[in-house]
Amino acid sequence: MRSVGKAAKKIDGMALATGKPSYTEDMVPANALVVKILRSPHAFAKIRSVDTSRAERVEGVECILTYRDVPRVRFTLAGQSYPEPSPYDRLILDPVVRYVGDEVAVVAARDDKAAAEALRKIRVEYEIYPPILDFEQAQNGGAIHPEENLSCNFPIGLQAEKNVASSQTIEAGDFSGELAACAAVVEETYYTQAQAHAMMETYRAFSYLDSQGRLVVVTSTQIPFHVRRQLARALQLPAGKIRVIKPRIGGGFGGKQTGAVEVFAALVTLKTGKPARIVYDRRETFSCTTSRHAMRLKVRMGADTEGYIRALEIVTLSDTGAYGEHAPTVLGCVGEYTLPLYNKTRALRFSGRAVYTNKTPAGALRGYGATQGTFAVESTLNKLAEKMNLDPTEMRLKNIIKEGETYLTGKGVPLGSSSLGRCIEKGKELIGWQEKFPRREAASNKVRGVGMAVAMQGSGIANIDTASAELRLNDDGNITLLLGSTDMGTGSDTILAQMAAEVLRISPEKIIVHAADTDVSPYDPGSYASSTTYVTGNAVLRAAEDLKQKIIARGAAFLEIDPEEAEYDGETVKEAAGKDPATAALEGSGEKGITLAKIAEQSVLGIGRHQLTGQATFGGEVSPPPFVAGFAEVEVDKETGKVELVDYVAVVDCGTVINPNLARIQAEGGIAQGIGMALYEDVKYSEKGKMQTDTFMQYKIPGREDVGRVRIAFEESYEPTGPFGAKSIGEVVINTPPPAIAQAVYNAVGVRVTDLPITAEKVFMGMREIVHK
Amino acid sequence: MLINAVVNGKKVSWEVAKDEMLADTLRNHGLLSVRTGCDTGNCGICTVWVEGKPVLSCSTLSFRVDGKSVTTLEGVSKEAAKFAEILTAEGAEQCGFCSPGLIMNVLALARELKTCGDEEINHYLAGNLCRCTGYMGQLRAVKKYLGVDGR
Ligand code: FES
Ligand code: FES
Repeated sequence: MRSVGKAAKKIDGMALATGKPSYTEDMVPANALVVKILRSPHAFAKIRSVDTSRAERVEGVECILTYRDVPRVRFTLAGQSYPEPSPYDRLILDPVVRYVGDEVAVVAARDDKAAAEALRKIRVEYEIYPPILDFEQAQNGGAIHPEENLSCNFPIGLQAEKNVASSQTIEAGDFSGELAACAAVVEETYYTQAQAHAMMETYRAFSYLDSQGRLVVVTSTQIPFHVRRQLARALQLPAGKIRVIKPRIGGGFGGKQTGAVEVFAALVTLKTGKPARIVYDRRETFSCTTSRHAMRLKVRMGADTEGYIRALEIVTLSDTGAYGEHAPTVLGCVGEYTLPLYNKTRALRFSGRAVYTNKTPAGALRGYGATQGTFAVESTLNKLAEKMNLDPTEMRLKNIIKEGETYLTGKGVPLGSSSLGRCIEKGKELIGWQEKFPRREAASNKVRGVGMAVAMQGSGIANIDTASAELRLNDDGNITLLLGSTDMGTGSDTILAQMAAEVLRISPEKIIVHAADTDVSPYDPGSYASSTTYVTGNAVLRAAEDLKQKIIARGAAFLEIDPEEAEYDGETVKEAAGKDPATAALEGSGEKGITLAKIAEQSVLGIGRHQLTGQATFGGEVSPPPFVAGFAEVEVDKETGKVELVDYVAVVDCGTVINPNLARIQAEGGIAQGIGMALYEDVKYSEKGKMQTDTFMQYKIPGREDVGRVRIAFEESYEPTGPFGAKSIGEVVINTPPPAIAQAVYNAVGVRVTDLPITAEKVFMGMREIVHK
Repeated sequence: MLINAVVNGKKVSWEVAKDEMLADTLRNHGLLSVRTGCDTGNCGICTVWVEGKPVLSCSTLSFRVDGKSVTTLEGVSKEAAKFAEILTAEGAEQCGFCSPGLIMNVLALARELKTCGDEEINHYLAGNLCRCTGYMGQLRAVKKYLGVDGR
């Protein structure tokens, strides 16, 4: 292959690396109004009155909007294909505020100062309710969403009066019977914390009316088409009157798969007719957008005498915060991306509930439930292996699903590709498992331990998310690739260009990528759910194939030969060489050929021409899982409980690696975020429900001195349904660090931390308990 | 108030407010590589040089640079491009939002650091957060740029 598999540089790499204006804020019109939000200081309250009169008199204030100024139609900010499974539980501004930071009023002013002053001068009286902050108690408290016009598109198990946003159960086999028959059984309860995305570019957007009076919103989003639909519903505007444009994005990680700021800028533009911009500061980004669903997971797992896992149950309680964005789907993914891993089971049971609380809403974050589920299931398997005196790597090799196999709740669909077994073997070798497992004394009061875990994810959402791609042969012989997917730094625009170039047998430099603008781009749900390589990639592959056939046909027509006899090498269409040379010589066709540039030119110039375009739409019937085997080596200080990560090895099966450099960075970055979740990151609230970790001072993300050594290796498999055999990589890489590091700590000092993050304090207390036993 | 400074080699006289931060002043004057990622001096994205030394422009009052020289990424674009070439060849720029601050510190590091082992490099750059890349690729790029193997 010429393009696929090559470490091509990102097409936007130099511009981004050298700080060129590329992002939303770099394009804001100079006269745009500054939009700021007045937020609730209370976790749960009803607005009795809002007095904006003094604020309105502040010089430079353009408008102040409250719940009286917005449509009374509820919507969801979750970026999901229509009909969204998330409940419609939001208003742009609501007389009821449901967490500290919930929006109370929108101010638009000439500049920051005027807007800030106006915010200070708005007087609000609240009727304060007791908030529900403990998600384990949420089902016993008063309803956070008692409103009558709350609705959802599906039966998602919503019971608003009990604060249940969603509930579900999946079951196969006789769980109790199988568990009773097992030779060894373990059970454990885990807590995974809320995690913040902490992308470096905070949420921001600006909007204006174009020359036709249509609303244009430029925003740092992963989901332009979903944002357009959200705006249409929230603002009660026909979607055709809205255009959403995505420039470069300064990181997303799922955060920007949920709408945030767009609707406020748009509201101001609609009310005033003027351009408006909104930029969240870091505090708002932490406390007024979304974070990962915190969960409690109870797992029971049993194996027979030979170490085959026969029964597995996961009972999940998920904290969705004040609103239900992604509540049912994140919950579902806990089971969906863990139950298939070990397919020797004879009984599986997954049940879960997502509950409302008076905290910052939860949402999509890289891993999307799989991360939480992986921590619980993998930690349990590690415990079971120990109980049975089995090496955890051997136990996994025995139990993992293999190519061509099915699993209990998988409706009989066989697994298309996997090299997970090889990933485990390779990881053992790289980390030095044989020598290091389980522990070695290091310095006098330090001990080192190793641990491991495996994980899977999907590649797009099967049977739901559908992407389109278009290619256009321009008059100059270059090719425009139109996409609706949203490269948020991952390099997806580049790898999609590599795929198109491969099919068209041209250099990727000849491909001009355009993404994304809802007026121009073909429909794409956006970049989330590990979909872009696989779903959009498949669309690009087919669109390029379509264009290639048209190029050949057009070339053949110019040559006046049968398309079947034509041959195309990326530069020229000519008569196939396969012909009998004598006949070819006789017909003089050996000479015949027309260049791609000529075909391009001749297709658009003159009368009766037809510009060549390739188009395709792809929606997958399956969502092929990528796999990772992760191995951690930690050093624990026996006096303080401090954990230092010495080495992390992740061996990845993402099918065919389309671009090894970009895939490696994706993996390294995902591992680092997983390390953050394992050891440092923790969204915390005060007793009154105010988020305390709303700056980088209090919310620690890993710095470069914290990540230690991270090593990535690839064990390619070939996914038959994937473009060039590829599967996804974006999310799966975040899943293994929490359980692998937890097990490494356990192996080092015997402390099993079941509630993340694994802080020195928890390890220290754990060690003390052991001594006292 | 009016300040006189040399910004990227050019003399400027700028009107600034008393409480205005350098990051805002520079951005308002079209130097768009200057951007911020936090409100607390933790992320390093806003790094520029004052008198050739890296400072956080988000927490430097603009009037403080009166009479001084200020350098942003726009002012060292050639040297920056050299490092950026290596960074992109490594695939180690993802969203790129952290790049300006990183590059300003990498160029300063190249001037200032005597020994460039992994630890020294990571320590020097510790104030530059990056949420995308996990840092390993940045480290590889810095070492290639410095021509050291880092061990
Ligand atoms: S903006 Fe974060 S340190 Fe200056
Ligand atoms: S590349 Fe995105 S924050 Fe560094």
